[in-house]
Amino acid sequence: MSEPLHYKSVAELSSELSSKKISSVELTQAVIARTKAVDAKVRAFNSFDEADALAQAKASDERRSSAKTLGVLDGIPIGFKDVISVKGQPLTASSNMLKNFVSPYDATVTQKLKGVGAISWGRLNLDEFAMGSSTENSAFGQTHNPWDLERVPGGSSGGSAAALAAGEAPATLGSDTGGSIRQPAALCGVVGLKPTYGLISRYGLIAFASSLDQIGPFTRTVEDSAILLNAIAGHDPMDSTSFKTEIPDYRAELKKRKGPWKLGIPKEYFGEGLDPEVTKAVEDAVSFYKSKGCEIKEISLPHTKYAVGVYYIIATAECSSNLARYDGVRYGHRSKDANDILDLYFKSRAEGFGAEVKRRIILGTYVLSSGYQDAYYVRAQKVRTLIRRDFLEAYKDVDAVITPTSPTPAFKAGEKAANPLAMYLCDVYTIGVNLAGLPGLSIPCGYSKSGLPIGLQLIGKPYGESELLSIAHSYEQEHTWGTRHPNIEAQKGAL
Amino acid sequence: MNDYEVVIGLEVHVQVKANSKMFTRVKTGFGHPENTLTDPVVLALPGVLPVMNHAALDAIIKSGLLLSCDIAPYCKWDRKNYFYPDSPKNYQITQYDKPICLRGNVEIELPGSARNVMGEHKLIPLTRIHLEEDVGKLNHAAFDSLIDYNRAGTPLMEIVTDPAMQSADEAFAFLTALKTVMVYGGISDCDMEKGQMRCDANISIRPKGQEQLGTKVELKNLNSISYVRDGISHEILRQLSLVKSGGKIVQETRDYDGQTGTSQSLRTKEDAHDYRYFPDPDLMPVKVDEAWKARLKAECPEMPFDKQRRFMKEYDIPYTITSVLIPDKSLSDYFEATAKLCGQAHAAGNWIANDLLREIGKSGESIDQCKIKPNHLAALIKLITAGTISTTAAREVFSEMASTGELPEKIVERKGLTASASSDDLETWCKDSIASDPKALAEFKAGKDSAINAFKGPVMKAAKGKANPKLVDETLRRLLAL
Amino acid sequence: MSADKIDINHLAKLARINLTEQEKERFAAQLGDVLNYIAELKEVDVTGIEPTAHASPVYNVWAEDIAKPGLSVTEALQNAPAQRDNMIVVPKVVE
Repeated sequence: MSEPLHYKSVAELSSELSSKKISSVELTQAVIARTKAVDAKVRAFNSFDEADALAQAKASDERRSSAKTLGVLDGIPIGFKDVISVKGQPLTASSNMLKNFVSPYDATVTQKLKGVGAISWGRLNLDEFAMGSSTENSAFGQTHNPWDLERVPGGSSGGSAAALAAGEAPATLGSDTGGSIRQPAALCGVVGLKPTYGLISRYGLIAFASSLDQIGPFTRTVEDSAILLNAIAGHDPMDSTSFKTEIPDYRAELKKRKGPWKLGIPKEYFGEGLDPEVTKAVEDAVSFYKSKGCEIKEISLPHTKYAVGVYYIIATAECSSNLARYDGVRYGHRSKDANDILDLYFKSRAEGFGAEVKRRIILGTYVLSSGYQDAYYVRAQKVRTLIRRDFLEAYKDVDAVITPTSPTPAFKAGEKAANPLAMYLCDVYTIGVNLAGLPGLSIPCGYSKSGLPIGLQLIGKPYGESELLSIAHSYEQEHTWGTRHPNIEAQKGAL
Repeated sequence: MNDYEVVIGLEVHVQVKANSKMFTRVKTGFGHPENTLTDPVVLALPGVLPVMNHAALDAIIKSGLLLSCDIAPYCKWDRKNYFYPDSPKNYQITQYDKPICLRGNVEIELPGSARNVMGEHKLIPLTRIHLEEDVGKLNHAAFDSLIDYNRAGTPLMEIVTDPAMQSADEAFAFLTALKTVMVYGGISDCDMEKGQMRCDANISIRPKGQEQLGTKVELKNLNSISYVRDGISHEILRQLSLVKSGGKIVQETRDYDGQTGTSQSLRTKEDAHDYRYFPDPDLMPVKVDEAWKARLKAECPEMPFDKQRRFMKEYDIPYTITSVLIPDKSLSDYFEATAKLCGQAHAAGNWIANDLLREIGKSGESIDQCKIKPNHLAALIKLITAGTISTTAAREVFSEMASTGELPEKIVERKGLTASASSDDLETWCKDSIASDPKALAEFKAGKDSAINAFKGPVMKAAKGKANPKLVDETLRRLLAL
Repeated sequence: MSADKIDINHLAKLARINLTEQEKERFAAQLGDVLNYIAELKEVDVTGIEPTAHASPVYNVWAEDIAKPGLSVTEALQNAPAQRDNMIVVPKVVE
């Protein structure tokens, strides 16, 4: 059965474009039409620029007709989380603070994607400044999970995951600080990759927590993930933390590596709070790997229980400083009734930031403040060392680690909104990966009885994306979870 | 109040001369139209990242080597968090607990007992030098303030001394000496008018003999070389009279207004900032190895006071001349080149300290732009010594060289300035001169040798300056002996 | 151990954010919960452990001092809330 254009993978679309079965303008029109049809319900987009997207598509078609195609992504629309800068487009971080901000520069990933002919398509919703796990903390309204509009799509890259699941883009970019790509990918039934810290330039990504943030792709398939990674990975002189490492052809490598692999199951990840349906789906995946000859080893990551605490100290400390620049002076929201410069700071920031952002800035200010820094921030950095060490120790015995991505499938909107701590604990399985700077990937591994997607997290060695993608690919080849689509039309729009 | 002593520590900010900013590659500069030296990083737009400037690191390590600092093998970058409209990120990237240079010292010279007497030299110990980024500039209008970010992000060194100076004169001498070293090293021009060097002072007084430091007051905005001396003197007097009248000095930061010569309190210790320093996660640490230091060591020039001592010893020129030459590295290099070429250091020193400086003062050129090069001046000095031209003619050649850049021989030839009067003419002029001054003749005959000089003027006048002075003297003596 | 008491007024001042009384109360309680949770970090033995500031540390990442073009004044000020004479305008700053 052939999929409609809006549900085809990047690989399929790319080959249809190159065989001239479709044009980029036709594809872009289909994506625009789909978005117009469903986004009133899903609310994945903060904004999109139809004319601009079609102009880019037209330019791509012209390149193709004169045999000057820039590669496999030429003519493919890609959605951007609204924290990644595209010159001339809004850059809002889903915050009233940046409601009217238009970026005068391109992020490095944007430049790279433009360089290979991809079409920048729309600005995708998120938890304000990427702080949250449900995309409810957006100043422009929450995004809904296409599988159940009453539920959250996860976050913070909820718009990127939901848009992809709803057929509003063939692929999207997100960012992941503590799970913000993997968790929404799991909750929306798509593939989400958080690469190794330093693999992809952060230049042009609005910083939440600089030592943890990483851009990554949302795709329908593992192969698509490899295709996007090929386009955006690599050292950038504009980002001092980007790593100089040889970038393989991830797509070509996919099929070369066939295992069997040694896979580690960390016992600390299967404890209290894990939904039985998630446990079952992950166990089934483990059995699959075993049946393929993989060696499954129980491992221990003893400092796992401290990860959430360490994360909330480091991430909030960094964000309290990173977000100091939003002060109403040079750009962004400025309070109308400020009497003096201090008043301007206090009021602009009070009016411009939402509650979760304020809460985290306050917490971060606290853990860095005089008299508390050693007890919190410095200690957290030390425990972070131990967490990374746990993983590196484990990798002496195993090639990758398998865990659930999220303790539960998508939860109901509003369910955790009043309890920040409960919300923070959503990230319990994903946070360690950011603290250790490792690559992590979530792929669909089943559905709950009520039809909600469940995600499997695979964690690789530093810069081991090739192997990680291959491990995921071998699973994906024999499962069809990712080919299911939500029935948005049948659902009534949520509030 | 002789029973009190003064303790001063300085924090000096020096802008590093660099093409691009500390953490981004847009141009640096002074006097450009407002907000024309910015980029997304300077403006702290959402999503930007810093990348450090290699040349700025070279500059601070070189400064450390020049000032005998210990260069840290490892240093890192920290964020200093505070809100101020001239600081685009509302944090400044600086070095908190791991500065790149530790300890070290600056040699200073105190005023001598007279202008031509060398003053006492002292070593002022440094605490540290670190690298950071400059802020933008606020312009205050009647009802609001306007921000220009051109200066924001310029590489800036902070040089912190120990509390080791005892007078405003020492502080002044410190800045003068530091500036000279920075200029010598090519690190900064330290032009205070352009904000390339700025100074804050920590000042306290204590009863003589007391070990513990008194309560310190930080004096800000000592932004011209004379404000430093005036501001510190003013603050010392303020503290002394406060103590004398039974008052208590409070720890505070005061702003010195150089125009009115007054200061006012900005904030007291109670409202001190909590800067929440932490390592900047956007930047990687710096490791300095021996090879890096060796490369910069090789670029380090001779230190100014070492050069001065050497000039006085090697060339036997007076302190007054060296104190004109030394502060300007180009000028002192110019001197040395000239002295070597002509072998006459005294004459070279005098020509440079007087005529050359007057010439470039007049034209407003720098020594490097001046058309008279050391080989020109050396050639001119040689011509005078050889008696080829008179001193009067030499001055004419000198100003001609300044405008044309020709070699002196060429000018002498072109203008016919050689002391080339024929011996017949010379003989006649000498005879006439002797005949016209019987008084001098009588004196000379009576044994007063210097009376001969009275005959020379009219001869030179008749020769229009072209007579060889040596030959004139010989001819006169021969005629007088007859 | 129990978490340290949060001085919400001081923190709001440091962070330059006006908080309503309601927000102060709510945040203080919520942050108290978070800090209690975080407090378990105190049981970890970190003796001799170096803090991790970067996930994979490298050193001496810099660029050579070659100036590149920046933004035009128009681009630099395109998002400015208030401007005059090519500069950003703010309420009069004293100090």
